Amino acid sequence: MKILVAVKRVIDYNVKIRVKPDNSDVDLTNVKMAMNPFCEIAMEEAVRLKERGVGTEVVAVSIGPKAAQEQLRTALALGADRAIHVETDERIESLAVAKLLTKVVEEEQPSLVIVGKQAIDTDNNQTGQMLAALTGLSQGTFASEVIIEGGKAKVTREVDGGLQAIELSLPAIVTTDLRLNEPRYAKLPDIMKAKKKPLDTKTPADLGIEVASNITLLKVESPAERQGGVKVGSVDELIDKLKNEAKVIS
Amino acid sequence: MSILVLAEHHDGVLTGATAHAVAAAKQIGADIDILVAGENVAAVAESAARLDSVNKVRVADNTAYAHQLAEPLSMLICELAGDYSHVLAVASTTGKNIMPRVAALKDVSQISEIIAVESADTFKRPIYAGNAIATVQSADALKVITVRPTGFDAVGEGGSAAITEIDFVADNTQSSFIKEELAQSDRPELSAAKVVVSGGRGMGNGENFKLLNGIADKLGAAIGASRAAVDAGFVPNDMQVGQTGKIVAPDLYIAVGISGAIQHLAGMKDSKVIVAINKDEEAPIFQIADYGLVADLFEALPDLEQKL
Ligand SMILES: Cc1cc2nc3c(=O)[nH]c(=O)nc-3n(C[C@H](O)[C@H](O)[C@H](O)COP(=O)(O)OP(=O)(O)OC[C@H]3O[C@@H](n4cnc5c(N)ncnc54)[C@H](O)[C@@H]3O)c2cc1C
Ligand SMILES: Nc1ncnc2c1ncn2[C@@H]1O[C@H](COP(=O)(O)O)[C@@H](O)[C@H]1O
Repeated sequence: MKILVAVKRVIDYNVKIRVKPDNSDVDLTNVKMAMNPFCEIAMEEAVRLKERGVGTEVVAVSIGPKAAQEQLRTALALGADRAIHVETDERIESLAVAKLLTKVVEEEQPSLVIVGKQAIDTDNNQTGQMLAALTGLSQGTFASEVIIEGGKAKVTREVDGGLQAIELSLPAIVTTDLRLNEPRYAKLPDIMKAKKKPLDTKTPADLGIEVASNITLLKVESPAERQGGVKVGSVDELIDKLKNEAKVIS
Repeated sequence: MSILVLAEHHDGVLTGATAHAVAAAKQIGADIDILVAGENVAAVAESAARLDSVNKVRVADNTAYAHQLAEPLSMLICELAGDYSHVLAVASTTGKNIMPRVAALKDVSQISEIIAVESADTFKRPIYAGNAIATVQSADALKVITVRPTGFDAVGEGGSAAITEIDFVADNTQSSFIKEELAQSDRPELSAAKVVVSGGRGMGNGENFKLLNGIADKLGAAIGASRAAVDAGFVPNDMQVGQTGKIVAPDLYIAVGISGAIQHLAGMKDSKVIVAINKDEEAPIFQIADYGLVADLFEALPDLEQKL
């Protein structure tokens, strides 16, 4: 069973971002970048399926600037067999990503596609669902468990009220939630080996996809800063403040 | 220009979040219809019809829509979308699951988790875990939008919209429902509660979360958690507050044994009053807390419960 994993290059989750002074966007110059954490979980799941003999080949794909190849090399070090880079410097909305991934799915014919539930830069949470709609494949979003059996995927989903289990026909699109697994770190020998694994480069034009979007980013601002308040010395003082100053309890 | 709002409901009850999505629709300014899709949802439709500012409630009552699976729900919405300029849903796990499909099937973008309406085509939404607010404009003919409920005050009740039935039945052979394990609780729902008490890794284990119960009882609060507490198995996933969990904005948020990572703050920093109880006076949560108590939670919590 071939597994396709989509990985996005994003700002490292530990970095506190800054908005550009002209409010045109977030400032990403000299900022540490990394693989989107939900994509790390997607990679880990694919590699585990391969280790269990359920998966046969793991293909990683990323759409973005040249530098996104760093994240693809990480994916290769984590256990992907080969990688596809769709190179573009444009700002790409989830719909265009989903269209590009649809083309890759048509070419690669994977039995399972695993993507993150959300990219932590745009916080969109759209791509997997859009890909499922465009490919006509079934979707299991926010997965905390995936079991492949008898040509079906049983997916446990993290929903607002708790957990929901659904069954999908394969091929299927799965999006990862935090509890699906705990991703491993790439080991040095694997990082060395990854340099020799195949990485194929294409452009959106090669795939015949127009990436322009109808969404314009007009402005990016810092949110209203919350001022820290005071430290209270005791539980009694806390209760007094909440009752008499903040008036949020009676 | 007309707007369709997808009603959110569980166990035959309309959730409060729907009234917030209707409020966002009202700011866009057009006739508002509500879509109620599900099985045995007559009571939900009646509740929806009572919301202010609603023109019409359209009901698709069929087994095909039970459990709100994304495939049939998105087919249904696409079937109706021709009548509308905007389709809105609550940014819940249900709305997030369904709406991007609708957008893709209609070949338009989705605008996720809006917190403000600037005009009929321009919206504000948080990005980078709420550390930046983007203003985006959409030139798409159909705007597909999810609404963050905390960004909009709910519309009231007093309406009496007409209820009409939809015959369309979506044909779904791709996905099937197996089961649901839903948390049972007598407490208010986390995203709607006026007071939230949340525990983090500092709680130590699941058993210790009981220390929060007495306080929550006295304050009529919901109980939340950090990701670390959920990952460690102290409490179930539906209690996670944060960038990738639930977004809350209660009058009072009490964070206990939570360090204050940006991903957690993203889910609660719009609360009116924030209290932090943490034994580490350097914990970042104190930078945003209105009232910080540097203390061992195992001493502070029983004391607090007793004195409240
Ligand atoms: C992609 C991604 C998404 C994420 N999404 C979320 C999210 O939605 N929500 C979320 O919360 N996190 C999220 N996180 C995780 C986040 O980065 C932090 O790891 C997490 O919030 C830490 O939880 P914590 O504060 O409970 O634990 P810690 O950071 O370990 O803090 C525990 C705190 O407890 C205090 N403490 C310990 N013992 C006591 C005691 N006896 N008395 C008083 N205080 C005590 C300590 O001083 C410490 O400050 C996400 C991370 C990633 C990468
Ligand atoms: N540029 C991209 N390249 C590869 N995968 C992407 C890209 N953008 C989004 N994805 C995938 O889609 C998931 C969800 O992203 P989003 O819908 O943008 O929040 C990510 O975790 C990735 O798996």
